[in-house]
Amino acid sequence: MIPHLTQAAYLAATFLFVFSLKWLSHPSTARRGVLAGSVGMGLAVLGTLLHPHIESFQWIAIALVIGTLVGVPLSWVPLTAVPQRTALSHAFGGMAAGLVGTAKYFLWLPEGELTPFRTFAIVMEVLLGFLTCTGSLMAAGKLQEVIPTRPITYRGQNLVNLGLLGIAVAAGIYLVVDPTQWPLFLLVVGLSLLFGVLLIIPIGGADMPTVISLLNSYAGLAAVAMGFVLENNLLIIAGALDGSSGLILSIIMCRAMNRSFTNVLFGAFGQVQAAAGAAEQRSYRSATAQDAMLMLEQASRVVVVPGYGMAVAQAQHRIRDLFDQLVKRGVDVRFAIHPVAGRMPGHMNVLLAEADIPYDRLIEVEDANADMEQTDVVLVVGANDIVNPAARSDKGSPIFGMPIIDADKARTVFAIKRSMNPGFAGIENELYFRDNCLMLFGDAKAVVGDLVKEFTGEGGGH
Amino acid sequence: MEFSLWSMLFVFVLATFIGFEVIRGVSRLLHTPLMSLTNAISAIAIVGSLIIAGEQKTTLSTVLGTVAVFASMTNIVSGFLITDRMLRMFKRPEAGKR
Repeated sequence: MIPHLTQAAYLAATFLFVFSLKWLSHPSTARRGVLAGSVGMGLAVLGTLLHPHIESFQWIAIALVIGTLVGVPLSWVPLTAVPQRTALSHAFGGMAAGLVGTAKYFLWLPEGELTPFRTFAIVMEVLLGFLTCTGSLMAAGKLQEVIPTRPITYRGQNLVNLGLLGIAVAAGIYLVVDPTQWPLFLLVVGLSLLFGVLLIIPIGGADMPTVISLLNSYAGLAAVAMGFVLENNLLIIAGALDGSSGLILSIIMCRAMNRSFTNVLFGAFGQVQAAAGAAEQRSYRSATAQDAMLMLEQASRVVVVPGYGMAVAQAQHRIRDLFDQLVKRGVDVRFAIHPVAGRMPGHMNVLLAEADIPYDRLIEVEDANADMEQTDVVLVVGANDIVNPAARSDKGSPIFGMPIIDADKARTVFAIKRSMNPGFAGIENELYFRDNCLMLFGDAKAVVGDLVKEFTGEGGGH
Repeated sequence: MEFSLWSMLFVFVLATFIGFEVIRGVSRLLHTPLMSLTNAISAIAIVGSLIIAGEQKTTLSTVLGTVAVFASMTNIVSGFLITDRMLRMFKRPEAGKR
């Protein structure tokens, strides 16, 4: 009877998980999706606790309580820290898969239960799980800026990485043939942990959206492998949903940068940029908050292009104030969101939603570009590469071919930037030297705040 | 064994297909909540961890299983809570006009 109850709970959970993602298709039903997902998870856990093999609940209870105590505060992080939290949870997911795989290997080893197929599935689970674990920890460290965010590269890096992966795969194959060679299993564990670190070291902050998506996919595949090890369909299905989600997001991110997976992972983007950094002095124009206010006031169509700089400066609430002022004067204000703006997919949308900007004001690149020539003012807030016209015209640029927001085609562009130093990527932005572009120097939050003051009459310019 | 291997592969292929179709329909607005939600869902790894932590066969397996339960539970709790917190912020267009 009990096995049937467990399976029925798993079946219901499967159903709820699929609907959970289905309901995420639109903001109006999305919260129902979270409810469905958590009910499904609750059913799956209850169904499992009925399992007759469970002898003691002591350690389970302790782990569940500590997990809750750690999980609740982790859900309170500021929204600018969501990429780090996400990377950390990929690390936890990978770790759980790796540990279960290790436990199963050493449980089955003395019992002679390690069939070639089981061993293969365990090797995959451990490889993907531990690689995701350390890789995601590195990514979280870079996002939190505990670890330097610039790409760390050295000669022969790809050779070393591929060599290590090759050794791990060879050891895995040998294990499938002879599962009793437990030192080789430990070698696979060690190499997976090491490989995760080495894979992320050469990746820079601007590539984080792709890397996070890719690690998301690996975490899902590790759960699938775990499902094959434990012969559990629910794990296979939930893992496959997570894996395909990560893969779709990675593909969208790569397309948005016009790069391939191999290019992101092994491209050593940093080296190309070093050469592009040396450019001659060129002239640009700067403006004051008052100039910008006068232009914005007379505009009928304004597009704001937010980037990672907006998140760093926490400028989203000041932008909301500016949005209110402009809407009050009958200006049509929209926000053009590039898929790789920020540090993870959808990052800008969440920050602007936090600042109470209605979601129908957030538009995609294609829609923004379609009306660009009729746009009076584009306000670039902490974005750089995604508005660089070199991506359209300069074949020598590292970002050539990347789909960009054509801010330069608007009548006037205001770009908020700390200084004229090329940003993280080290690529000169052609936009800043165009005749229709005016620079507003300073911290994004302070500059937008000054703009708002000009509108409300508190500014120093009067 | 043979049968279960093949049926698991069928399940995997079909689930991947459903995943692609469903997730392709997710609005770009919600890609961050999508990632935190799928992350919480894939913490279903807790199902495997619970049995290993609870069956108490060897000290090693109990310790590894317990840590895995902890890691999965953290992801479940923080994943669902933060997804809901983010989704609450997406205001309907009517509300914004007022």
